[in-house]
Amino acid sequence: MSDTTTDLATTGHGDEPQFPLPAHHLRLTDTDPRAARRAERQVATMFALSALLVVGFIVAYVTVPTENFVSLGPIGVVNSSNLLLGLSFGGAVLLIGIGAIHWAKKLMADEEVTDERHPVGSPQEDKDAALAAFQTGVAESGFAERKLVRRTLLGALALFPVPLIVLLKDMGPLPGTSLRETVWKKGDRIVVDVTKQPIRPEDLRVGTLVSASPEGLSELQEEQGTQNARAKASIILVRMRPEEIRNQQGENWDYNGILAFSKICTHVGCPIALYQQRTHHLLCPCHQSTFDLADSGNVVFGPAARRMPQLPITVDDEGYLVAADGFQEPVGPSFWERGA
Amino acid sequence: MTSSSVRRHKATGLAVLMVGLLTTGIGYAAVTGSAEASAPTASASQVEAGKKLYLEGCATCHGLAAQGSTDGPSLIGVGAAAVDFQVSTGRMPLAGPTNQAPRKPYSYSADDVAALAAFVSSLAPGPAIPTSEDLNTDEASLAEGGELFRTNCAQCHNFAGKGGALSEGKYAPSLMNSSDKVIWEAMTTGPQNMPNFPDTTMPAEQKQAIIKYIKNLQNGDAPGGLALGSFGPVTEGVFIWTAGLGALLAAAVWIGAKVR
Repeated sequence: MSDTTTDLATTGHGDEPQFPLPAHHLRLTDTDPRAARRAERQVATMFALSALLVVGFIVAYVTVPTENFVSLGPIGVVNSSNLLLGLSFGGAVLLIGIGAIHWAKKLMADEEVTDERHPVGSPQEDKDAALAAFQTGVAESGFAERKLVRRTLLGALALFPVPLIVLLKDMGPLPGTSLRETVWKKGDRIVVDVTKQPIRPEDLRVGTLVSASPEGLSELQEEQGTQNARAKASIILVRMRPEEIRNQQGENWDYNGILAFSKICTHVGCPIALYQQRTHHLLCPCHQSTFDLADSGNVVFGPAARRMPQLPITVDDEGYLVAADGFQEPVGPSFWERGA
Repeated sequence: MTSSSVRRHKATGLAVLMVGLLTTGIGYAAVTGSAEASAPTASASQVEAGKKLYLEGCATCHGLAAQGSTDGPSLIGVGAAAVDFQVSTGRMPLAGPTNQAPRKPYSYSADDVAALAAFVSSLAPGPAIPTSEDLNTDEASLAEGGELFRTNCAQCHNFAGKGGALSEGKYAPSLMNSSDKVIWEAMTTGPQNMPNFPDTTMPAEQKQAIIKYIKNLQNGDAPGGLALGSFGPVTEGVFIWTAGLGALLAAAVWIGAKVR
């Protein structure tokens, strides 16, 4: 490189500065040795306290039981072990940081430095030489004349990334029909979520809400090794007076006023069970999409673009509620290939 | 020693009588005291008194025969539990037409509430006011209660029972001050826009477990310290974006400040 860099560091204090600096003020610690010693003691105290806190951390870790709680007034009740570990370790890190900055600000050399920039571009003769070397290379390689070599090289380079694209196939099977289907099929018994209890129609009064899923889902989960099936199959059952049902997605998809709807919002897939039994509105807590379950699950408010899919239900020979068929439209949020 | 044995016999009889009377009295007081009046034991005079109160305070909206009107739903078959819930928490009678009846200081005495409940439950059978046995949560599982609460209640009442907003000005109230009885009654009757959870789909043991879990939330020692209202990311975000970032800015200003 050029020799212009050598005097840069001293330019600020040189005889003829290019950009004059404001007058330099000396700090108290520069002029008063007692102030400097005080600052030194302060920094040392912080570092020593940090070391003590690390010891305190180890002591607290060993001695404080994890099931003790302590009340801290407005902050509330906190676990005493967590509190002590956090305070000691956090304090140790903080004191090292504060001590270092205090040290730098009060005691380290305090002088203004002007660092002047030199031109970024190369000198013209260097540029000319580089260009000449490149053109010599082009001429000597015969890249311009030997068209066959040039074209085959370009072809090879163009094909080179293809294996990388082919390997993307290993990222997993395509979703196939899995986005359109759930595990619900004709005759699947509907059971109460958590308790897995099968449901008879007379178990539901007008206004009852039940979070439900298909029977035997836990075995299915083990088989598939995934939570997806369970998540997509979640439904809610509600009962209203038959005359309150204005429309539904298929004829007689209810059973004496009992309706089954997917629990997964058609906007971005939040599970919804905020059913307001007097208005029959189902509200999604994420973005306030509201579905009218008395009117085919149509959207009455919010960003959801599609109605809530309804599951046709009936009863089996033993009088338990079952699916009369699977879902007739994809549940959950929209996806690219879904269509209208 | 016939005479002394006869004397002893007499004294024993008196003691047994006293013990029997005391037990019955205390037992009766305990049962009726905690459960107030339950529908099956309602007397005809109580029903009559309830009818009078009903016609004075409720019939304007709910109709002269409790058949309902455009201003209020039918009360036939809602049961004593619904009346006890609505009136003892002050939600009914409604102060004015609103989307939701708020909890407020109640205006009826316990006897009046019992009479109203007796009258409404005499119209048609419905959910009864829970007994102290119903509300006994000693055997209930707290963990099961938590799971059931998160599946059935948390969507509206918030994971910590602090309540939350619904549509058009309606809201799910906070459960922090709700008594066992009121929680039970809300689950069985489904007041206002809350759906109901009858014993057929949510048996008594599960209700007891949920009550136990809510009581645990009410006595809640949040081990994480300052809960910021347990409203989740909104209050927590406000706190960290103001207090947390503020502290970082203050530190940056201090680091950059010139020393004298």
